[in-house]
Amino acid sequence: MANGNPAILAEGLEKSYGKTRALDGLSLSVEEGTVLGVLGPNGAGKTTAVRILTTLLKPDAGRAEVAGLDVLKQADQLRSRIGLTGQYAAVDEYLTGRENLEMVGRLYHLPKKLARKRADELLERFDLTDAASRLAKTYSGGMRRRLDLAASLVLAPPVLFLDEPTTGLDPRSRLSMWEIIGELVSGGTTLLLTTQYLDEADRLANRIAVVDRGTVIAEGTSDDLKARVGGERLEITVSEGSDLAAAARILEAHTHSDVRIDEGRRQTGATVEGGARLISSVVRDLNEADVGIDDLGLHRPTLDDVFLALTGHAAEESEGKSSDNHQQEVA
Amino acid sequence: MSAGNIHSEELKPLRRNRVYWAVADGWVLAKRNLVQIPRIPELLVFAIIQPVMFVLLFRYVFGGAIDVGGESYVNFLMAGIFVQTVAFGSVSTGIGLAEDLQKGLVDRFRSLPMAPSAVLTGRTVADLVRNLAVVIVMLLVGLLVGFRPEAGVAGWAATIGLLLLLSFAFSWIGAVVALLIRSVEAVQSAGFIWLFPLTFASSAFVQTDNMPDVLRAFANHQPITQVVDAVRGFLLDQPEGNHGWIALAWCLGILIICVPLAVSLYRGVATR
Repeated sequence: MANGNPAILAEGLEKSYGKTRALDGLSLSVEEGTVLGVLGPNGAGKTTAVRILTTLLKPDAGRAEVAGLDVLKQADQLRSRIGLTGQYAAVDEYLTGRENLEMVGRLYHLPKKLARKRADELLERFDLTDAASRLAKTYSGGMRRRLDLAASLVLAPPVLFLDEPTTGLDPRSRLSMWEIIGELVSGGTTLLLTTQYLDEADRLANRIAVVDRGTVIAEGTSDDLKARVGGERLEITVSEGSDLAAAARILEAHTHSDVRIDEGRRQTGATVEGGARLISSVVRDLNEADVGIDDLGLHRPTLDDVFLALTGHAAEESEGKSSDNHQQEVA
Repeated sequence: MSAGNIHSEELKPLRRNRVYWAVADGWVLAKRNLVQIPRIPELLVFAIIQPVMFVLLFRYVFGGAIDVGGESYVNFLMAGIFVQTVAFGSVSTGIGLAEDLQKGLVDRFRSLPMAPSAVLTGRTVADLVRNLAVVIVMLLVGLLVGFRPEAGVAGWAATIGLLLLLSFAFSWIGAVVALLIRSVEAVQSAGFIWLFPLTFASSAFVQTDNMPDVLRAFANHQPITQVVDAVRGFLLDQPEGNHGWIALAWCLGILIICVPLAVSLYRGVATR
């Protein structure tokens, strides 16, 4: 991986399942030692891209290199240089945690003793030592994910792929996964992370690629993407019985952008410039017009806003994961 | 992060040739499947209860009404039971593989630099061991209900050898079926769709002489009948003609077709 080549490079990847185009010319590139968050709704093609980059799937067209190796021509060598943690914790429920890791070590062709030692080391590092001799089916969702992640790290791969690593986890397990991932990244691992959680990409990734319908529709740092939807938003919630339309008119006088009105939540909002000074003049005008306020705040745009602005639909619009979760995403 | 970490430079995989890894990786996965057998006792219990019920059903319910010439029915029956037990065992091969596919374990395995055949050989070899155990239990049940084999050492060796070969061959058919249809439930149903006609339209439980012409022609020329007739000959110390050789040829033929087919399906299974 010398010469400053990207650790992960995909060019024009295409993949169709029947009439469904899962990938439609997807290209991306990840510098060594950095984290790329691939953000998109279900069915955007994230998993398909990961499967191609980890040698599990052949693209119909395009090419890809990981750790300087061609994913098609050098697949065998590549498998020793990458780790993959898929969407559904791929641990064997009827093996103990330690047996799971030892088996993976043996299948990476480590000598028996080393496989054992490495398993113990990873169990300790992922806080699973106490549960090491229990069958994985007794593990909580968070423990399974940690075990699955540990399995992908057996050979300390320089490039790691995490496909929706926290989907379905409770908030506490999610935070602990984030901490673990953060440690890995600070250790120099190149990481490609797919997620449909905007806060996750925001927190973990150096750069974010927004994927929709099989192609990257925007790429940049979190701040780059937020800048695309303009500045800050001022959101006003009027109190019960107050004149929402009047509040919206006042807001309109202070902005150049469209004013949004949400009757149900008694909210109005618009993109504004001028920060705190603007707030004070808006508040003064509202008071003069005798409009009661429950809440008023200045918000930086979230990646949700970014997604909405880029795609015309919300990021989690197609949420509602099907129960047949063994199916790969295609649509 | 903890003290005494292994340096990543120490994590050097061993280097051996492909054949070595096909065997070694297959063995790692066979051990994985074998240690699971006592951990899911209900699977083993059902694998045993079903053939025991067939023994009791045919021995005591149908047996009195079935004429098999000079031999006692229970002596006639047991060869059929052994073969049926082993043949039905191929369904668990398929179910195990379909579960690995559904749970994403196959994705994990395919992302590792291991031999691509190992998941299949590990599964079929482990099922061979489990089938042998179930056959031994069936033998004991048979002895309890009056089975009196007359085989010598050579007869027993030939019986066990042929049953194991059949078990192995049919497990690979089960693997092919699982790789084609993938869903655990569908694999379970599909297994019985091809196994029922094969085991019942055979000489396993009745003599084929009384079947209608077309059915008899099928029964006399399909592999289960050949294996049953051979095993029956070995166990009862009767001349088995060339059934043994034909049975051997069937099993080898199935393996020659199904092993490469299953491996190629496995390689392509996630490549779709």
